[in-house]
Amino acid sequence: MSQLMLVLFGLLMLVGAVAALYLKDTVSAILAAGSVSLVASLVYLLLGAPDVAMTEAAIGSALTTVVFLFSWARIQHRPQPSKSSQSEETDSNPDDQEDHQL
Amino acid sequence: MTHIVLVIGFLLVCIGFWGLMTRREVFRMIISFSLLDTGVHVIMVGIGYVRAGTAPIFDEALAVAGAVGKVVDPVPSALVLTAIVIGLAVTALMLSFAIRLHASRGSLAVDDMKELKW
Amino acid sequence: MMKRLIIILALAAIALGFFPLAMRISGDSGLTALATHYVEAGADELGAANLVTSVVVSYRGLDTLGEVMVLFTATTGVTALLVAGKSKSHKKEKDSEPDGDGRREGSELLATGAAFLFPILILFGIYIFLNGHLTPGGGFQGGVVLASAFLLLLFSDCRLELNHALLKGAEAISGAAYVAVGLLGLWLAGGFLDPRFLPAGEFGQLFSAGAIPIIYILIGIKVGSELTGIVDAMRRCS
Repeated sequence: MSQLMLVLFGLLMLVGAVAALYLKDTVSAILAAGSVSLVASLVYLLLGAPDVAMTEAAIGSALTTVVFLFSWARIQHRPQPSKSSQSEETDSNPDDQEDHQL
Repeated sequence: MTHIVLVIGFLLVCIGFWGLMTRREVFRMIISFSLLDTGVHVIMVGIGYVRAGTAPIFDEALAVAGAVGKVVDPVPSALVLTAIVIGLAVTALMLSFAIRLHASRGSLAVDDMKELKW
Repeated sequence: MMKRLIIILALAAIALGFFPLAMRISGDSGLTALATHYVEAGADELGAANLVTSVVVSYRGLDTLGEVMVLFTATTGVTALLVAGKSKSHKKEKDSEPDGDGRREGSELLATGAAFLFPILILFGIYIFLNGHLTPGGGFQGGVVLASAFLLLLFSDCRLELNHALLKGAEAISGAAYVAVGLLGLWLAGGFLDPRFLPAGEFGQLFSAGAIPIIYILIGIKVGSELTGIVDAMRRCS
């Protein structure tokens, strides 16, 4: 039974990892990487390491995703120094405004 | 069970390594680094697993006396605990470098950065 | 095409190095000799119910000290890269962008929820690293929960000013106190970071296991303040 769960979690992790590399939208890729960490935390619980599971869920899945999204928001809205095609600056980017609303 | 975990971790390492080598954008490379890190941690915790073992915490359910056959190896857990926090710190540092790179150059594509190429 | 082939060859070489390891390790081989010694003697020597805690804090204490140093260096690097240059460019940005460039304020649900959850999260984080030697948990997990409490506050109010002097002071004092506790172990007990200079107490109680709770409290405060500093340096407004 736990072997079946382990194989299932492993497949989820691999699908999430491939999605994190090949998705076009960067925010979706960041969220896919966060989901890989979340499923890894479940795998650690199956392997009898609850301390590692807590740490991975809190750090790998929550803080790493937040740090990625913060830096992506900073890059999106910074006025670019010399390029003329600055369409991202005036676009209201719906992805970062989700940080401030539920 | 251990073999399944080792294969999963190794495939994660392969995907992370592949992404690091073939992606042409700094953000994807940092995400691949994070995946590589997670894969290595899964391998390490998988090495410490003992069949039908439980967590090494002594309470009413697990007595100190006969615990040797029933308990998972505590040393890889302790090392991976440290490694996860270090992975976050290094990822944050890489991301702040990416922010400064974008601020000084305007793009995050690796092909535009040609100063160090021969 | 050639480059992809070389990458695939490199991955095959890594697999070739990995497979002897994978074939030799199986779940039936039991614990190694070192792990057997830790499991048999760890609870009696140190008195902590959580064996992973006693390995992290005392048996492998130097690794934890190194990790705290790496975290400190990374926080310093992030702050130096992002905050030091920002004060100059922030004044220029204030002229060009009259408003918060289209940014909405946090909703009232988030603000109320954050104000309600913040003391609960702080309490939860302190509980986790205070009970690190009895239940799963410890300094790192508690520190991350503390940092996420501050992160929730930062989400609800974008222009919140955190007291940087307090954060830096907490980080510096807890780091120095951690090394001081290690040196106390050198003088009063068996070696550096030996937690046995305080009495081991009764097994399973809160005040047991020597100096391990004190070390984990210091690590928890240090990790929490450092991660708060990293997140504060990276957020967008102000």
